[in-house]
Amino acid sequence: MSANEPLLEVDGLKVQFATEDGVVKAVDGVSFTLEKGKVLGIVGESGSGKSVTSMTLLGLTRGPNARFEGSVRYHGMDLVKASESQLQKVRGAGIAMIFQDPMTSLNPVQKVGDQIIEMIRAHEPLDKKAARQRTIDLLGEVGIANPAGRVDSYPHEFSGGMRQRVMIAMALACSPDVLIADEPTTALDVTIQAQILELIAKLKDEFGTAVILITHDLGVVARLSDDIAVMYAGRIVEQGPKGSIFYDPQHPYTWGLLGSIPRIDQPKPPHLHAIPGLPPSLIRPPQGCKFRPRCPHAFDKCMEEPDLLARVEQADHLDRCWLDPEDKRNRRTATIRPNESEEAA
Amino acid sequence: MAVFVIRRLIGMVLVLIAVSFITYLIFVKIPGGDPAQRIAGKLATAQNIEDIRKKLGLDQPFYIQYFDMMKAIFERRLVSYQSQLNVVGQIEAGMPATFSLCIGAGIIWLTFGILVGTISAVTAGRLSDRLITVLALIGISMPVFWLGIVGRYLLAEGNPFHIFPDSGYVPITQSPVQWLYHLLLPWFVLAVLFIGFYGRVLRSTVLDTINEDYVRTARAKGISPRRVLLRHVLRNSLIPIVTLFGLDFAAVLGGGAILTETVFQLQGVGQYAAQSITTLDLPPIMAVTIYATFFIVFFNFLVDLLYAWLDPRIRPT
Repeated sequence: MSANEPLLEVDGLKVQFATEDGVVKAVDGVSFTLEKGKVLGIVGESGSGKSVTSMTLLGLTRGPNARFEGSVRYHGMDLVKASESQLQKVRGAGIAMIFQDPMTSLNPVQKVGDQIIEMIRAHEPLDKKAARQRTIDLLGEVGIANPAGRVDSYPHEFSGGMRQRVMIAMALACSPDVLIADEPTTALDVTIQAQILELIAKLKDEFGTAVILITHDLGVVARLSDDIAVMYAGRIVEQGPKGSIFYDPQHPYTWGLLGSIPRIDQPKPPHLHAIPGLPPSLIRPPQGCKFRPRCPHAFDKCMEEPDLLARVEQADHLDRCWLDPEDKRNRRTATIRPNESEEAA
Repeated sequence: MAVFVIRRLIGMVLVLIAVSFITYLIFVKIPGGDPAQRIAGKLATAQNIEDIRKKLGLDQPFYIQYFDMMKAIFERRLVSYQSQLNVVGQIEAGMPATFSLCIGAGIIWLTFGILVGTISAVTAGRLSDRLITVLALIGISMPVFWLGIVGRYLLAEGNPFHIFPDSGYVPITQSPVQWLYHLLLPWFVLAVLFIGFYGRVLRSTVLDTINEDYVRTARAKGISPRRVLLRHVLRNSLIPIVTLFGLDFAAVLGGGAILTETVFQLQGVGQYAAQSITTLDLPPIMAVTIYATFFIVFFNFLVDLLYAWLDPRIRPT
């Protein structure tokens, strides 16, 4: 497989859940590709559909009330339509996942080693001893001191950061080609966050794993990602290479996200930018552009939903906004770097 | 761990002393409880009663009486005031029937309770779940004495659909087949209530556990759904069931199966206790109380040990 051949192709993915209040359109037509060894950052606030998207890749959102459309191509298989037993082989072995809260993501009554061994033996014909040895090696790899002694510890004997290391060791146990990290650092202390991100970066290079990094924190994706997709209300509103997204952001929602990060290399702003309003209802989303009700730049045309298109010189930088790119470049500074705009004024 | 066990054992002894003492106290203080008066009968003179009192040591201070009775129980020489039969011997005679009934019923209710609760939770909202829910509620609501009598009326010898013998107990040493044959109906009658109850409890704990993050992790690992259910969901959901079972099983062993024993004329400890209470016969009441308390305290202790084994987070270190 060449380096830029897509490993995972998500095309027009829709996920809907029937609830008592109506149909929740959690994911509404998401498409992206992931190449071998690359890192895709999916950014958005709570309820934007980023976790549902990633869990759907593994069939973890399946249920009597869930409906799916679109396709997820992976090694010639469509994961949306794949049978449970096919998915079972992909889970862990081909695509592995790290979850948000390491405090609750490990079984409290099972030794951490056994939880990893269980996974290895589900996918590979190894005997207990060999699986245990690999588990010890993995625990050492992710930076757990004295792995041979800790393999028989229970999750409650580990700190949050250590547990997330265990989760990472587990995720990498069968050398998957895709690693989905769903807010891997959200529940951790800031100092531990940095360590965990560095660990993911290091292991990604070592194992050649492609990573989907899901977060609401642009700082996290800035460090690791090659490409970024910004999600809002179940859709991708802006997508492109990291540099282009950070230096030439096109969607007002992305500006809002960028403006809400405190920056150490800039003078302290009088107050941190907050995006006004709340995320829209996914049962009855607003007409036209989903961000329109919260967007200070909305105009008449926004009642019609823009497609996800390339509107700037950078051909793989797509966005959903009707504003003229030149116009946007003038307007966005006020949101992203209020200090500079004040100086200019 | 050793400290924990020793501490619990000392606690058990203290509870036994406290319970027996309080039972004794209550008995002596209730109206009509005076054994001497009861033994002497309606036409007794004051002298008669005084003689009996002296003979039984009832003229001694209260705490000495208690101590004497406890001593007599543990030296196996305490006899009933009514029948003059050895109390410990009578309890021992009842134990095979009670143990046969309770162990069999316990196995049945635990197995079926877990089965029914799991099926109900896994198929939550669907027909099988609703059916089980209704049946469980019926099972919980049916009084044992009614169910036992109806069971006998419909299924026992000489009746419409006769499948089972009509009550009685055959020792396992005499004929294992007859033992089983005679106990099947009582087992199920005693177990029905618990099956319904355990099924309901387990259903809700399984439904809680299924939504735990670690179950999602287990599914994301690519292990089989069966293994996810057994190793990750049930393993954690069974912890509260262990507590319930420890307490319920001890209670039926300790005489709580009175109704079932009576309906099916199994001469067990429960029936012995019931008779002793109706005749206000102090020695058997005391002995049965200690016997029952022992099982409850002992099974509580076992539950605690089992808990530590099931849940590493509460292991004493």
